[in-house]
Amino acid sequence: MISVQTDDFDSAAEYQALRDSGAGTGAIVTFTGLVRDSGDLEGVTGLFLEHYPGMTEQVIQGLIDQASRRWDVRKVRVIHRIGRLDLCDQIVFVGVCSAHRGDAFAACEFIMDALKTSAPFWKKEITGDGEHWVEQKTTDVDRSSSWD
Amino acid sequence: MSTETLTVRFFARLREELDTESLELTASPGLTTGDILAELAAKGGPWAQLQGDQPVMIAVNQAMAKPSTQVQAGDEVAFFPPVTGG
Repeated sequence: MISVQTDDFDSAAEYQALRDSGAGTGAIVTFTGLVRDSGDLEGVTGLFLEHYPGMTEQVIQGLIDQASRRWDVRKVRVIHRIGRLDLCDQIVFVGVCSAHRGDAFAACEFIMDALKTSAPFWKKEITGDGEHWVEQKTTDVDRSSSWD
Repeated sequence: MSTETLTVRFFARLREELDTESLELTASPGLTTGDILAELAAKGGPWAQLQGDQPVMIAVNQAMAKPSTQVQAGDEVAFFPPVTGG
């Protein structure tokens, strides 16, 4: 299931929902991304996240489908927040259920890496001196292409 | 939207710098997204960046596309900077 939302999420409740989701699960890997205080600029006080409604969900579903073909994946949950976020706020959650840890780790990392370079979200950093659109990082592109 | 036009949408930095969320263009036979970028860039000013040094990503009907992708009336074309979510 995919959610793109302004509201915060409860990662403990999301973990429990994955745990309750059915038979065959021997491993659950979850990742949570947070707003940090230094990005392209120092002194970041918050973020604004924009996205392309409709395309975002389609792209993420495509990544889940790819992961499900590549690994033994029983259930995937992706949540991505949009709008204004403060320091230390949760931005993104990816949770993967699998029979075994290897597949759960790999699928979770793949979805997260690929999301960063293919899902149409854009971050604007807010600092005391103004606002600044974040540039895509070559390290993120390299991580994503390492799964090809 | 009339039957002869397509919609072009802009996101994030491009939307702000072009001061445009979307516009309608006439769809001619064989038109590609690259043709649209060239036509808009020719307006000059901030529009020139559509063919500048910074990469512009392209989507057609909400799927990633290329400058060679052909489009037709009713399509939704989008131009945006490289994505930075997660």
